Amino acid sequence: MSRIIRFLVRFSALLTFGVLFFIVGYILFRGVAHLNPSIFEFEYTSDNVSMFPSILTTLMLVALTLLVATPIGVFAGFYLMEYAKKGNKLVEIVRIAEETLSGIPSIVFGLFGMLFFVIRLGFSYSLLAGTFTAAIMVLPLIMRSTEEALLSVDDSLREASFALGAGKLRTIFRVVLPVAMPGILSGVILAIGRVVGETAALMFTLGTATQLPDGLLSSGRTLALHMYMLSTEGLHVNESYATGVVLLVIILLINGLSTFLSNKLTKGR
Amino acid sequence: MDKIVIRNLDLFYGNFQALKNVNMNIRENEITAFIGPSGCGKSTLLKTLNRMNDLVEGCRITGDVLLDNVDIYGGNFDVNMLRKRVGMVFQKPNPFPMSIYDNIAYGPRTHGIKKKSRLDEIVEGSLKAAAIWEEVKDDLKKNALRISGGQQQRICIARALAVEPEVLLMDEPTSALDPISTAKIEDLVQDLKKDYTIVMVTHNMQQATRVSDKTAFFLTGEVIEFGNTDDIFSVPKDKRTEDYITGRFG
Amino acid sequence: MRSKSFEGFMKGVFLASATMAIIAIILICVFIFSSGVPFIAEYGLFDFLFGNKWKPSNKPPSYGILPMILGSIYVTIGAVVIGVPIGILTAAFMAKFCNKKLYRFLKPAVNLMSGIPSIVYGFFALTMIVPIIRERVGGTGMSILTASILLGIMILPTIIGLSEASIRAVPESYYEGSIALGASHERTVMSVLLPAARSGILSSVILGIGRAIGETMAVILVAGNQARIPTDITKGVRTMTTNIVIEMAYAGEEHRSALIATAVVLFVFILIINGLFLIVKRRSAN
Repeated sequence: MSRIIRFLVRFSALLTFGVLFFIVGYILFRGVAHLNPSIFEFEYTSDNVSMFPSILTTLMLVALTLLVATPIGVFAGFYLMEYAKKGNKLVEIVRIAEETLSGIPSIVFGLFGMLFFVIRLGFSYSLLAGTFTAAIMVLPLIMRSTEEALLSVDDSLREASFALGAGKLRTIFRVVLPVAMPGILSGVILAIGRVVGETAALMFTLGTATQLPDGLLSSGRTLALHMYMLSTEGLHVNESYATGVVLLVIILLINGLSTFLSNKLTKGR
Repeated sequence: MDKIVIRNLDLFYGNFQALKNVNMNIRENEITAFIGPSGCGKSTLLKTLNRMNDLVEGCRITGDVLLDNVDIYGGNFDVNMLRKRVGMVFQKPNPFPMSIYDNIAYGPRTHGIKKKSRLDEIVEGSLKAAAIWEEVKDDLKKNALRISGGQQQRICIARALAVEPEVLLMDEPTSALDPISTAKIEDLVQDLKKDYTIVMVTHNMQQATRVSDKTAFFLTGEVIEFGNTDDIFSVPKDKRTEDYITGRFG
Repeated sequence: MRSKSFEGFMKGVFLASATMAIIAIILICVFIFSSGVPFIAEYGLFDFLFGNKWKPSNKPPSYGILPMILGSIYVTIGAVVIGVPIGILTAAFMAKFCNKKLYRFLKPAVNLMSGIPSIVYGFFALTMIVPIIRERVGGTGMSILTASILLGIMILPTIIGLSEASIRAVPESYYEGSIALGASHERTVMSVLLPAARSGILSSVILGIGRAIGETMAVILVAGNQARIPTDITKGVRTMTTNIVIEMAYAGEEHRSALIATAVVLFVFILIINGLFLIVKRRSAN
């Protein structure tokens, strides 16, 4: 009996991680061959379907989203962990909202973004609409990382600061934040990963234009969207693989960085 | 002169009464020790003196605590200023994860001192007052977490002294340290009383006899006896005090 | 940073930021519901939910989403059947059967798995799994089966993440008690630890279901996308999510309202699933 159980758990793990490595390896293997320079051309044409504009658009979107979502998420974390009294009703409601937000499928975010930002606020398909939609999507992620990071900061440090006559704000920014930084950064980086991989939410807000957006109100496409469009059009399979490779590499880097940072947090200094 | 006067103090954590009708006068430039078994209210009383209890949910007090004859729980009293005047050293050393210099300079910077030369002066002065200047003066940029526990505690003392307090509260400051560091800190504390009023919670009765001028014996939230240390330990008036100091219970 | 009013101001800023989450949820609910519910009210809730003809281009158009609801349910069940057992067993492996060195490698691997974009998963399934299904099992390869396998893989990290943490959180004393009675390590894990961790494991399954039901882009590429009630697992199917994406681009006024109404139904599903998750979490905290 024990042997069967041992076999089953080992087999399952093998299956899980085998599939993971297979997927990563398969995409990298098939795609690297097609990573030739033309695909990085500055201009997208229907012939060379360059992914370069998509890369730039992705960078822009990520930067803008972080600009909006990070302060809000981190400040929200400050309030929840450093100011609110335990059992505060508002805190409970915010937590529920946070949990609910993180369970909403991206297509619903996409539709909301379309109805609210694109149509009602009149941004039309644009970086702006995409940014705000993506920001709402990653908000719970950043909030939660901030909360956990703040939680892990030893209370005795706060006490020492208060005992010296420092107020809450100073204590947060000079003592708590530096210690919590790796954890918060790790969450921010995961948020980047989420935005980079997102398709459904951005399709209806950022749009899927093939050229580089020339302003906040113009449309473009991210790498993930680009890969989706290529896959459904079915004409440029090789380029799809290549896009997949770039996406995977970005995600690998992001995950590596995030793991490194959260190890730094748990290990102490 | 009475630096601190405590009158009819009751303290409640929610429904639990942690301090009962405490009355005490703490004299300037003396070392007052609080002794008693665990959980009897010594640290709680200590924390009322710099209003650190304010940070605890559901904590309520009635009665007065006067610093230089002014009620520190009065409506307009500036808590941050109070904590500048009444400093605290904790049981477990808690230096900030910063350089030694920044640790000491944190307090002064908080209270508005920005000039580097002045900060340098204060850092040096505090480290000297805490009898640790010679050991760290060549490496002030070193992270405070990388020195030994005993040194960390003296850094914390220096940090508390850097804001130029009038009173120093010490909550079992040597209980987490080795005997040599303990001895160093006990010597330090005796030196400090020239310039500061010191209130020290200790679990160690020998320490109280070695170091303090006055002693208060606590039991379940009440001050059973309070007086000169020599009297308390040689001719205690209350039987419970006698039982405690002779080790009948701990 | 010393003035009292600045401190108060910043506290207000932090408070405002915290309420953003609430505002966002409210806005989402308001806009999604207000755009979709009128359509449902007009078309008729029963006809909408249980009508089995989705033909927007008919005259008059019919908007029954039962095929899509069933599609979502079928692929989700499939995903659960495939993903949950493997996920839980893998979690057990990671928590109690693997050595420290391997674990330090596997944990980030699980995080990586949850970070891979759905489009990459979908593309992989399209190029790798679809042809295999087509040859070995039959049909076009784009079917419930394919989508279930894909979704099963995709929810693995969700299941593993929470389950593993829950198994680890079981007090050591349970383990020691069982071993002391002579039970083997394997039996202890299965009969004592897993049941003790069941609320965390259940939470992870609920989360996994939520993920599967909400998945769009990966499913679009491999599910076939025929809008009719499927009769066997090798047939193609459309889910609520894919239905929206496929037709939104060219939908007219009424058609679009119908699609948003589909999102309303999906949203309600999700809210129920989320509610369940919260209840299980609260219950386990006590």
